[in-house]
Amino acid sequence: MSDFTERVVEARRVWEELAASRVPVITIGTASCGRAAGALDVLAAVEDTLRELRLKARVMQVGCIGPCYLEPLVDITAPGRPRVSYGNVVPGRVHNLIESCLVKDNWLPKQALGHFGEAPLPELPETPRFFDLPMLRAQVRIVLRNCGIIDPDEVDHYLAREGYAGFLAALGRPPEAVIAEVREAGLRGRGGAGFPTHRKWEVCRSQAGSEKYLICNADEGDPGAFMNRSLIEGDPHAVLEGMLIAAYAIGATRGYIYIRAEYPLAIVRLRRAIEQMRALGLLGRNIQGSAFSFDITIKEGAGAFVCGEETALIASIEGRRGMPRSRPPFPAIAGLHGKPTIINNVETLGTLPHILRHGAAWYRQYGTQGNYGTKTFSLVGKVRRPGLIEVPLGMTLRQIIFDIGGGTRKKFKAVQTGGPSGGCLSEEFLDTPVDYESLTAAGSIMGSGGLIVMDEDTCVVDIARYFLDFTQKESCGKCTPCRVGSRHMVEILERITLGQAAPEDLIRLQVLAETVKRGSLCGLGQTAPNPALTTLRYFRPEFLLHVTEKHCPASVCRELIEYRVVPEKCTGCQRCVSVCPTGAITGPRSETHNLDPDKCIKCRACYEICRFDAIAGDAIIIRSKRSVPNELTP
Amino acid sequence: MNHMASTAGAPGAAADLSGILRECSGERGDLIPLLQKLQHTAGFISADGVRQIALALRITENEVYGVASFYSQFRFTPPGRHSIKVCLGTACHVRGGQIISDAVSRELGVAAGETTPDRRFDFQRVACLGCCALAPVVQIDDDIHSRMAVIRLKEVLAKYE
Repeated sequence: MSDFTERVVEARRVWEELAASRVPVITIGTASCGRAAGALDVLAAVEDTLRELRLKARVMQVGCIGPCYLEPLVDITAPGRPRVSYGNVVPGRVHNLIESCLVKDNWLPKQALGHFGEAPLPELPETPRFFDLPMLRAQVRIVLRNCGIIDPDEVDHYLAREGYAGFLAALGRPPEAVIAEVREAGLRGRGGAGFPTHRKWEVCRSQAGSEKYLICNADEGDPGAFMNRSLIEGDPHAVLEGMLIAAYAIGATRGYIYIRAEYPLAIVRLRRAIEQMRALGLLGRNIQGSAFSFDITIKEGAGAFVCGEETALIASIEGRRGMPRSRPPFPAIAGLHGKPTIINNVETLGTLPHILRHGAAWYRQYGTQGNYGTKTFSLVGKVRRPGLIEVPLGMTLRQIIFDIGGGTRKKFKAVQTGGPSGGCLSEEFLDTPVDYESLTAAGSIMGSGGLIVMDEDTCVVDIARYFLDFTQKESCGKCTPCRVGSRHMVEILERITLGQAAPEDLIRLQVLAETVKRGSLCGLGQTAPNPALTTLRYFRPEFLLHVTEKHCPASVCRELIEYRVVPEKCTGCQRCVSVCPTGAITGPRSETHNLDPDKCIKCRACYEICRFDAIAGDAIIIRSKRSVPNELTP
Repeated sequence: MNHMASTAGAPGAAADLSGILRECSGERGDLIPLLQKLQHTAGFISADGVRQIALALRITENEVYGVASFYSQFRFTPPGRHSIKVCLGTACHVRGGQIISDAVSRELGVAAGETTPDRRFDFQRVACLGCCALAPVVQIDDDIHSRMAVIRLKEVLAKYE
């Protein structure tokens, strides 16, 4: 038996011991999203409580299991019982929760979200299985299977769950057979464009020379997307195992992970995981006694959206300004330092171990013809249940937004797919299957996986301006249509939101958008106009209202809205008077207040305080200046 | 250290990079990691640091500035005691990130990219902190303040002296 096989046996023993733990296990999701919600304070409260109650328990930190809106999540497992999840746990609730479950054996049925057992629990007969919750039931977790389940710092947990079995299966076959398996699986690049993974690999493989590079693109730059970060934080070895498989297939000896510096926790997790690999003989010379040698270096990005583009990313690793160059030659032929280079996205790499472990036929059972497998998304915006999800390709937008996301509180208006390079799709596209071709046909793109849901309180003109402003600032400046054109597009959109645009401006915007699309070298410029083009196409009436009526129906565009006190509702509690920074609101106690529009700077303080802290709760409204009186409803 | 560095007058401006530079291989690919280390040590990209890096990599200071100014991570002025980052990612934007950003600017009396005269805060707008489900968010130093509201801002800022 080799050292590695022995280690796997040992890892399984560790994992089984955890499952059969004789002391309770308390599991806390402490990925970035959990931390933002206060998970580290909860962790401290858990440890304090255990000391106070003199309880012995194992505290385990895991990655993100998906429903970010329930963070911080604390799960409790008593010996011989399945794990039970509790959501939105604040430090003040921890003592009662632990004492109740582990001392009094009262599992708080009203607070329990779900359990991880197979059969219903006698102590919690009404509580569903966690993975049967509405947000999780329709999901298929392949790439995310370990996220929220294992401790990402414990390589044994990964090994016990068939970790590196995919790589060892690959190592036992010729590289060409590995490429054939991936071709058979129909895997397409999960970074956004959906280019068949095996095709890039074949080109690189067939290049002469022994110096080739593999780069893991973890420069997740789309604002509103965090799938890659969650995967790395929750299961770093899955991505690293994918890198080994890809490197072996293409014949690379050196790998880089290009990761955003804004992801410090993910970087820490990767560094530790790489050390663990080295100790296991999974990196370095002659890996596992084979002829395959490979090593990985982490390169921290320095903040440039355009570096998600392959040639710009390469320039950045070489220590230059991250500006794209024209292709061909493609990086697979001449990339980093002029050598054949493959750049694969985090999720693409994270999928590979599963394909190699279970085979292409298994993988093809998920998804639809030509779009096999699953895709992770960050489902955010005005949706009720925001979070990280994984679904089979081909699921409709409606299923994702309404069944998984729980729909919107106010009326659904649009969904933006593909981030700043994608498009804004209206209600009539809700039954579009989420696959590469269908989204492209609708004028958007799959992109890396950001899904931003908007309701009737979101102004699409403002959204178009927002995205164009983003890409304009991130344009590297090399191509004039992108550098200057995007700036002019922002100016036109700005004029529309200010109510200063003329009808011709819409035509100018359209023409400019087409020019920028055609005249730019790289994906950033070619797709930058998409948010404007799709909103113009699907929401033209809203643009026209801004232009001709100077009316923003969503009451967002600053110059077109006003703050008002509704006299019938105002109780004169003076809370708004106290927070108004400009003295725009006046009035004696118990009398209807007066809001002076000339002094109002629209800072929203009065609106918030009225909802959070005042007696009436809805006496201050934001409305379009053009609203007719019967629209004067909160 | 030469006199130019000391006239910069900012703490950490005369960062000693010799340790870092000794470790680097002198290849062009080290430029961005070196700039990151400089910013980590000195708090910003100082003129003196640029000079040392240029010498070590045998490239011009202009080239170093050219690369540094391309990336948004690098700052060329000393930071404040606390760093405020207002997230303007898409999810934060649709939930009022701009209004929060305006409020921070009004409260501190400085625009984004600037530092308050007393150097208590520096204020930046960032594209996405990746906490989209908790929007709008503001990061101060290492703390993330989720579901921010204009009326909570004063109280949050008061925690940082």
